[in-house]
Amino acid sequence: MMTLTTTEKTTFTASKISVSNFSAYYGRFHAIKDINMVVEPRAVTALIGPSGCGKSTMLRSINRMHETLPGARVEGSIRLGAIDLYGADVDPVAVRERIGMVFQRPNPFPTMSIKENVLSGVRLQGNRIGKSDGDDLVEMSLRAANLWDSVKDQLAKGGASLSGGQQQRLCIARAIAVKPDVLLMDEPCSALDPISTAAIEELIANLRREYTVVIVTHNMQQAQRVSDTTAFFHIDGPGLPGRLVECGATTELFSNPKESATADYIAGRFG
Amino acid sequence: MGMIDFQEKSDLVSMPKVKTSRKVTDRVVKVVIIAFFGLALLPLISLLTTVITRGVGRFDPTFFSSSMRGVVGAGGGAVHAIWGTLLITGTALIISAPIGIAAAVYLVEYGRGKLAKLLTFLVDVMTGIPSIVAGLFAYAVFSIILGPGTRSGVAGSIALSLLMIPVVIRSSEEMLRLVPGEQREAAIALGSPKYRSIWRVILPAAAPGIVSGVMLGICRIIGETAPLLLVAGFTDSMNLNVFDGRMATLPVFIYSQWQNKGTDSVAYEGRAWSAALMLIGIVLIMNIAAKLIAARTQKVR
Repeated sequence: MMTLTTTEKTTFTASKISVSNFSAYYGRFHAIKDINMVVEPRAVTALIGPSGCGKSTMLRSINRMHETLPGARVEGSIRLGAIDLYGADVDPVAVRERIGMVFQRPNPFPTMSIKENVLSGVRLQGNRIGKSDGDDLVEMSLRAANLWDSVKDQLAKGGASLSGGQQQRLCIARAIAVKPDVLLMDEPCSALDPISTAAIEELIANLRREYTVVIVTHNMQQAQRVSDTTAFFHIDGPGLPGRLVECGATTELFSNPKESATADYIAGRFG
Repeated sequence: MGMIDFQEKSDLVSMPKVKTSRKVTDRVVKVVIIAFFGLALLPLISLLTTVITRGVGRFDPTFFSSSMRGVVGAGGGAVHAIWGTLLITGTALIISAPIGIAAAVYLVEYGRGKLAKLLTFLVDVMTGIPSIVAGLFAYAVFSIILGPGTRSGVAGSIALSLLMIPVVIRSSEEMLRLVPGEQREAAIALGSPKYRSIWRVILPAAAPGIVSGVMLGICRIIGETAPLLLVAGFTDSMNLNVFDGRMATLPVFIYSQWQNKGTDSVAYEGRAWSAALMLIGIVLIMNIAAKLIAARTQKVR
């Protein structure tokens, strides 16, 4: 078995994420307002809604990426298990070590090889890793991302030399190589073709056994295919903050929505 | 009407031919542009051929092995000036590159508000500083610290750094801004502290551009004469210690050979041209080296 040559991290695995009275702002603009929801551990939660409804802002708030933008700030709390992620003594860097993220556009590091890309998280967190441990971690992460078989003979090639779908799987491998507890995905398939999308969706189905996955998607079919729970976000008008309309089991929300806005959205009447 | 037009146009046979007048205009503009390009190239070609034909005469082993110590008339060489140029420029590089790159990192990655605006403004002002003023500044600084009239290679390096730093800041800044924000986000989202993401992700991505920017800065300063005349002075002898005593450099060597021709003026002019050829050669080698370094750092693709 591989071991990381770092101090053993206390694990939050199987801790749920509780969002309470949460608001996020960009400067004066109130992006999301009074969000209350619970993300179950080791399950896939989809955030859906029309453009500009704040679903990405919600996602980026969970690993404190939101505040990296100039003028961005938040109110309320998000907890991972018992820990308040926005607590005064919590280091945002430590939050991001445990809550990984995959972006809309695949963004492997172009100056690094495939192998270096997978190990980049370990190194960027300031840890050293021996050669054999590194090789093991690379293989394990790439296998988990369903990419090992297609790249095992070209690990020294540049990460940017892969196809779009492979790049995205490389980014997933990179994110899970640091063993996060939660994986956030911000429309991970929207820049990909249908075949790559199917590969990523299959991957998400596997990842949910070990990770808590939160995925933003504007594709309702995708939400139904991959998620256990769905949260529907909506804005009441231009300039108004996004709000959480309803959140529930995916099958229930799509077959029997409680709110009329949800029903209208999933029926394709707007958005 | 519209329907009929459409059907006629979709028929390839009836497509209108390119008008002759347009062909002629195209040809004329092309000729004019090529003519201007040639005109711009002319001085460059003339300069190169002149320097090469006149400089090659004294481009001999003696030129690269002896200094001007005790030489009057023919013979002698510029080895002291070549070393002087390499040492003073190298020292200027060691001073300017870290300061310039660090300032650029500050401006792009951290700079917000008034301090960043002030720094940008100062860089703009510094870009326009006449080189003789940079020389006077270094002269004044060393006069105050080490006594009036002190001359040394490092004083020359500091004068040249004043000219080089803004070039390095500007070009590095542009290269750092070209690194996509996605790269920064990817690193931060992996749990990287900002400084480490700059060191491991952003600087490597911008490295090829930064290297060529630094080389651009070197090319800017390597031919500077006025500030070195002031603060590094001139000598006929070899001096390899940048911290002590006058130091010859190629531009100053060219100037003094040309300015103080003895009775055997041909010998002095020959040395001046050869030194000019050497200076151009160094710049050329620098450029090739920069390209090679850039290609090396980009090998993972």
